Amino acid sequence: MKFRGKIVDPNCIHHFNNVVSTISKLVKTCIMRITEDKVFFILSERVGDGGAQIWCELPQSHFFDEYAMEGVSAESNEIYLEVAPDLLVRSLRTAHSAKWVKIKLTKKNFPCLTIEVDLPSGSIHQRLVVHDIPVSIVARKHWPDFTEPEMPSFDVSIAMPQMKLLKNVVDKMKNLSNYLSLSANNNGEMKLSVETDMVSISTHFQNLFNPSWSKDGSQMPPSQDRDSLEFATSRVDIRRFAQFLNSQQVNPDRVVCNVVHHRMLHFFLLHDDVSLQYFLPVVSR
Amino acid sequence: MLSTQPSDDDDQYLFVAKLDNVRNVSTILKAIHFKDTATVFASPMGLKVTVEDAKCVQANAFIQEAIFYHYVIKEEQLAFKVNLTVLIECLTIFGSSSMPSVNTNLKMCYAGYGSPLVLLLEEEGVLTDCSLKTLEPDDVLDFDFCSANVINKIIMKSECLKEVFSELDVTSDILQILMSPDQPYLQFSTFGNAGSSHSSFPKDSEMVQSFQCTQTQTSRYKISLLKPSVKALTLSSKISIRTDDRGFLSLQYMIQTEDGQICFVEYFCSPDEEVRDEEEQS
Repeated sequence: MKFRGKIVDPNCIHHFNNVVSTISKLVKTCIMRITEDKVFFILSERVGDGGAQIWCELPQSHFFDEYAMEGVSAESNEIYLEVAPDLLVRSLRTAHSAKWVKIKLTKKNFPCLTIEVDLPSGSIHQRLVVHDIPVSIVARKHWPDFTEPEMPSFDVSIAMPQMKLLKNVVDKMKNLSNYLSLSANNNGEMKLSVETDMVSISTHFQNLFNPSWSKDGSQMPPSQDRDSLEFATSRVDIRRFAQFLNSQQVNPDRVVCNVVHHRMLHFFLLHDDVSLQYFLPVVSR
Repeated sequence: MLSTQPSDDDDQYLFVAKLDNVRNVSTILKAIHFKDTATVFASPMGLKVTVEDAKCVQANAFIQEAIFYHYVIKEEQLAFKVNLTVLIECLTIFGSSSMPSVNTNLKMCYAGYGSPLVLLLEEEGVLTDCSLKTLEPDDVLDFDFCSANVINKIIMKSECLKEVFSELDVTSDILQILMSPDQPYLQFSTFGNAGSSHSSFPKDSEMVQSFQCTQTQTSRYKISLLKPSVKALTLSSKISIRTDDRGFLSLQYMIQTEDGQICFVEYFCSPDEEVRDEEEQS
């Protein structure tokens, strides 16, 4: 198994850093899957722990100037590592002014991701910051646990309103209740509500965009026979939802929320070439 | 949806008030937010919101009818109790950070005994409706503090007191307030683990706007009861400090809203113990 990659472009370093810190705000440990053309960050939580799932894809060619990998074997040319994204973030902290950043899979006493950050030194001497992050290699028999979650056949797909207002509202609601119901319809309306012994609050967003998924053959377009005013609702853990909203380091081009009535919320983020999917299952009453 | 009720529906309510900028109300309420529950009295004059603790301290916020651009009440007085923490969270649901260009509109309705307090908030086309349970109103304390019995009264700018109150030595159980026609005129003292501290203000200080002290009076108040009044003090521009013949303390704060209107918040506190006049001049 071999892996080494080098990022030179400051924008790419910055962007990579943002992706990693977004992930670190959502999970303590995740799977980093390395393939020939993509790097993935994957979370697949057991149902007992909340059952959230994350699937984040980074095309390597977009980030890395040099990229070489050799998987477990020729036929399964992939590497699965378990990493703490928080450690990655910390080792990249100095990277904002770096000339380049190298990421390597190394073997010290145990497997490590070695992050080398070359900082401008102002002289002929090189100023290199090196971090070794312990990782564990995921055995091939466990790989099937980390396959891409199926895109659910959702009832309503809606573009999320502007993040700032949404964050404020959800942060306030979080102080009052543990659960939040998100409802949306195909008429561009979204409703967030909480209900407690003391108070019931709902916030209504209007004139949102309902993306159509019909171009992509694999995805079901929202069922045509559905009444466009009818709301699909999912009730989720409000802390996980707030965490997701607050994890966003960059303002993504678009965040789409797919509601599977009484089953889950599926968030789909697209920013440049990076895509992130977050699956939040419902919490039943 | 609930959110866009035509105004005819207002008939079902005994009380309806509308406001352009919700922060005018939420900041005033924050000034008295030291307990979870508050009693609200609505009258044709406006709203009075009362919070009490330990039967010794009472804070009143007065939000007069002129603060609202629409104010209708069908009875002489309506009273109910609400969870103030929840009410403030609801009023600031779109965020409490002030963005001067963006105002949150508020409509507040109450249909009478047993009904919820309904709030409709709107900011940039986004609507929030809240329905807060109301509770049986408590009897509030009557401190029987009338101006005829006032012995000492000082009106001053809040600025200089902010420092005194925010740096109160909390290892001291009590705050002693001395007001006197003679030196040291106005003195705040604490007696903590690390020693005592005294802050005095001369009566001709430019901070003092009115000085009407008729006799030397030293009273002690529980610091834990007075500490929450810092919230009102920081928001206020002027403060009036009064004590009556029983040593009861009245603190009145003049607070200017973002729209330049004036609101008042008032704290009453009973003395911790009586200090005889002979003991003064420490």
